[in-house]
Amino acid sequence: MSKSTLTRRGVLRTGAVAGAGVALPTIFTSSAASAFTNEPTGGSVTLGFNVPQTGPYADEGADELRAFELAVEHLNGGGDGGMMNTFSSKTLDGTGILGKKVEYVTGDTQTKSDAARASAKSMIEKDGAVMISGGSSSGVAVAVQGLCQEAGVIFMAGLTHSNDTTGKDKKANGFRHFFNAYMSAAALAPVLEKMYGKDRKAYHLTADYTWGWTQQESIQAATEAMGWETVNNVLTPLAQTDFSSYIAPVLNSGADVLVLNHYGGNMVNSLTNAVQFGLRDKQVNGKNFEIVVPLYSRLMARGAGENVKGIFGSTNWHWSLQDEGSKAFVQSFGTKYGFPPSQAAHTCYVQTLLYADAVQRAGSFNPCEVGAALEGFEFDGLGNGPTLYRADDHQCFKDVLVVRGKENPESEFDLLEVVEVTPRAQVEYAPDHPMFSGGNLGSCNPGA
Amino acid sequence: MDAIILQILNGLDKGSAYALIALGLTLIFGTLGVVNFAHGALFMIGAFCAVTLNRILTLSHQVVDESRKDFLGNPLKVDVPYVNDWFGEAAGATIIDWSVPLAILFSIPVMIAIGVIMERGLIKHFYRRPHADQILVTFGLAIVLQEIIKYFYGANPIPTPAPDVFRGSFDFGVLLGFDPNVIIYPYWRLVYFAFAALIVGAVFAFLQFTTFGMVVRAGMADRETVGLLGINIDRRFTIMFGLAAAVAGLAGVMYAPINSPNYHMGMDFLVLSFVVVVVGGMGSLPGAVLAGFVLGVLESFASMNEIKSILPGIDQIIIYLVAIIILLTRPRGLMGRKGVMED
Repeated sequence: MSKSTLTRRGVLRTGAVAGAGVALPTIFTSSAASAFTNEPTGGSVTLGFNVPQTGPYADEGADELRAFELAVEHLNGGGDGGMMNTFSSKTLDGTGILGKKVEYVTGDTQTKSDAARASAKSMIEKDGAVMISGGSSSGVAVAVQGLCQEAGVIFMAGLTHSNDTTGKDKKANGFRHFFNAYMSAAALAPVLEKMYGKDRKAYHLTADYTWGWTQQESIQAATEAMGWETVNNVLTPLAQTDFSSYIAPVLNSGADVLVLNHYGGNMVNSLTNAVQFGLRDKQVNGKNFEIVVPLYSRLMARGAGENVKGIFGSTNWHWSLQDEGSKAFVQSFGTKYGFPPSQAAHTCYVQTLLYADAVQRAGSFNPCEVGAALEGFEFDGLGNGPTLYRADDHQCFKDVLVVRGKENPESEFDLLEVVEVTPRAQVEYAPDHPMFSGGNLGSCNPGA
Repeated sequence: MDAIILQILNGLDKGSAYALIALGLTLIFGTLGVVNFAHGALFMIGAFCAVTLNRILTLSHQVVDESRKDFLGNPLKVDVPYVNDWFGEAAGATIIDWSVPLAILFSIPVMIAIGVIMERGLIKHFYRRPHADQILVTFGLAIVLQEIIKYFYGANPIPTPAPDVFRGSFDFGVLLGFDPNVIIYPYWRLVYFAFAALIVGAVFAFLQFTTFGMVVRAGMADRETVGLLGINIDRRFTIMFGLAAAVAGLAGVMYAPINSPNYHMGMDFLVLSFVVVVVGGMGSLPGAVLAGFVLGVLESFASMNEIKSILPGIDQIIIYLVAIIILLTRPRGLMGRKGVMED
């Protein structure tokens, strides 16, 4: 029988030494060898595309994903290059980003903030994503932007229209190409004045969440500034499907305009209900009753069918634009998928190219250097005319489209017609504008 | 006064949908004792029967129109429905225009078949299991059904308009002595209310005045005794499941023009319909119908601006508030039978 020499103190001492030995390389890796979160070390770099693949915005998410795939294909030298050929910056040459092949992982936001954060976290921590993009909801975008700030990766927002995304909830690691509620209102109001006059009484139905509130606040301020009176603003639950109870009080409210601050399924149902109740055939105060939808989405407008005809709204981009960038993108996307891209697809594609270009110009994937390259960046050729990524709040400033539901569509995609391209100067605002105040960009976080 | 009348009309209209779904739920619970959480999905599938028939009727071949261009600048391919070729352009357009009413005929056999398959294939295995198991399996089935619909039809709402003749609104106020255009109500919503009343009446008449209905009612009262008399009550109950599915499906078909169908619409109605059933009294068919209309009207009144200015958010909780009050003061519900869900 042999006698054991093991003692409790001996085991603890040995364990501590062994533990320190195992931990040592990790400590070096995380603080010294890597300067920022998920620094690409091999021949490829991973991007994370976080879109709604299930839930009510799944179709929009699918279109965003198509655009991301197309952008990656173009960055890696595949296809016809799309907007890379028209982009004013010429750093992208089809050899990936900084010579690294672009790979991507996808996540499902389910249009829920918690699920979106969880999938973004997984892509950052498990898949090593160095940038996160996507989204079809402002609530989700704000939540994921906050996560990316904490994790030390860049967030290139997809479709998010609330003022808060680059207002009170802005973050140094977050960047938005899409326009916002203030811009929609600033572009739309002059057209509404021209079409419907200065003496109007507006009744607002507003989706009861961050986007609805900022959209309503913006359009109310813009229309009141031109002389309209706001009769009432009624908040409607996001889960509402039948709006008849909310439409009925409009009939005899004295209002002659109904503003639907609704998006997605809410917009489809409220607009359909309003038309069913004969609002568009009504005469009030000696004028035709009118309906306005401040934010249009072609994918969603399809759900409302003929009810969108003649109704004004705004959009970030439309496939019928005839500038070289838009034509190149529509050609590329349409050839690959057989139908034109949506505005959600456009902004996601552009954001991917802008990120790749910023990395090329910075010469690094370090989010602080990428952010610095994006701040104050002026570019053109990506479908919205000359555009500025403002350094103060990381919001893009560009032309905004005022659109109207087309009376005689020639195809299932031909639902909206561009009425006016509102110049960028008309939708600009000061960084400390009251509708965007209360937040702090903070400083960039490289993570690691 | 005009606002009150409008909200009563709204309430009756909403109540029609609640009543039809709750009626089917109660039929299933009363006959089979199953709490069917997939019933909302049957309502949704009914709406998609209207979408499907519309798609069948608009099946097209393409004709190239060289004078027009598509979004890529190629000659435009124009879809020409086969019905236009077969019946002429005017008749073809009329057939397509009437696709929703035609879908009533289309949906009845489809929904009965789906109901019978659901019952025989899955739900019959859970008759002797606890209600919690039944709820879990039928809820799972509802999710499967809605994901199948989403796979084939997408996530976005699909416009399914009523026939042209029913578009626009009826000036109800003029009938009541008000000025023109003060109380107007969409034609199709009035049609929906009348249709719901007709279906409810037909179901009651079927149960009340046919031999089959008599046996089913006897089975609902005492299943064991009816079985001892040599009657195959299970087969009749299976048919009742199919009938309940058809009622939910018809409610969905006619609802399609009111709100564009989407894969999630069943879930939106399901929880409310269960509350309706509980308030009406578990197993009580008249209770389900009465509670459907009462809660529909109360919900509409609660969403009036005047009410919400006093009680903000009341429109969101009114149905649940009423349910709590009813259950506290009358636990069996408005017309619940003694002994049902009380052991």
